[in-house]
Amino acid sequence: MEHLSVLTAPVEAPTTALGGAPGFVVELDAFSGPLDLLLHLLREEQLEIADIPIARIADQFLSAIHELGLNQAADYLDMASRLVRLKTQMLLPRRPEEDGWEDPRAELVRRLLEYQQIREVAVWMGRAAELRAEQHARGYLPPPPEVPPPPLKLDIIELFGAVERVLANIPFPVLHRVVARPLDVETATRRIEELLAGQEQIRWLDALGSRPTIVDVLSTLLALLELAKRGALRLVQPTPFSPMVIARDSARTTG
Amino acid sequence: MTPLAQLVEAALFSASRPLTAEELSTLASDASAADVRVALEQLREHYDFNQHGIELVELAGGYQILTRAVHAAALERAQFSVRAPKLSAATLETLAVIAYRQPVGRVEIEEIRGVSVGGVLRSLQERGLIEVVGRSEALGRPLLYGTTPLFLELLGMRDLADLPKAEELTIALRPHRAVAEGMDDAAAYVEAES
Repeated sequence: MEHLSVLTAPVEAPTTALGGAPGFVVELDAFSGPLDLLLHLLREEQLEIADIPIARIADQFLSAIHELGLNQAADYLDMASRLVRLKTQMLLPRRPEEDGWEDPRAELVRRLLEYQQIREVAVWMGRAAELRAEQHARGYLPPPPEVPPPPLKLDIIELFGAVERVLANIPFPVLHRVVARPLDVETATRRIEELLAGQEQIRWLDALGSRPTIVDVLSTLLALLELAKRGALRLVQPTPFSPMVIARDSARTTG
Repeated sequence: MTPLAQLVEAALFSASRPLTAEELSTLASDASAADVRVALEQLREHYDFNQHGIELVELAGGYQILTRAVHAAALERAQFSVRAPKLSAATLETLAVIAYRQPVGRVEIEEIRGVSVGGVLRSLQERGLIEVVGRSEALGRPLLYGTTPLFLELLGMRDLADLPKAEELTIALRPHRAVAEGMDDAAAYVEAES
């Protein structure tokens, strides 16, 4: 059965999007008919076509057409009623050794096998058509290009109104843009080290240099903290709110 | 190339459908169908030997000059040509039944496919892939359908003999009208293919 399932594999049962649309015929995107659905069920259960457990497959067929919302399609209902009739026929007492007895499933089996052949031929033909479509004859006319939309009809008042609406949506123009200036911690560090090389301790204002900008102040502060962390100097504030004193950390620099 | 081969090439170039050898033999007063076949063979070899972008294809009982399949993607990219849309499962199944069972009526197609096929038949007829080929003697004298040369063209077949033979199918196609004799028969078919 392997090769058969390969041939018919692309037709999968849809699991969603069908429940909400009763009466919708799903032939194109799901099954191409009740026989297709039946074959799908048999494949799913890996059952032999020649020996179908009718009771089980009839129940599954009924629940499938219910789930798929196929209950309005006459073709499926027809098959459902046949299956139910077969199911009852199989329940009748019988003696297989009896000569006149005929398996009630024979007709269904014949139809399924016949349909399977057709499916196989259909797949072959689909492939043949695809191969043929790769070759083109002369005189090919491309489909006409899409018609452009008709020209707009409006008067000057409407046009101005439209322009105003567009302008109103443009955000207020940006007049000034702040460009972040990178802090220059290296220069500040060098300056502090130079000052401390000449004297034991300096004042905060000395470290800042003349006419410091806000960036200079921040750079100096970061440089001081970094140097203090490294142990190159100590930051001392003798009394609350008094100017900070920057002292060389002689103990550590010498040691 | 011989003068006849040149004529044949000109005719195939200007035609919008496959031309049969018989039709082509009317090109020259002294040309037989056999002469035309020789000329066609010469033309085919000319295209193949010189590696032309086109080739001579035997199609639907006739001959046609077609672009080679290797150029399909490039031609489509450039939008000089568009690949024909794929055929739906319903279309293919119906065509398959008609191709093998023709002449065949609607009822028999519906019996095999298990669905009503009125709409599909109409659209196939409109596309010129099938046609009414007669009427059955059965009650109501229903219409019988058959495939057209356009069907052969669509599938790139020379004639119906190009369809898969019974022995090429996974399950052998039963002869026409040989309906089920019983379970044993059906079981035998399944055993044969597994």
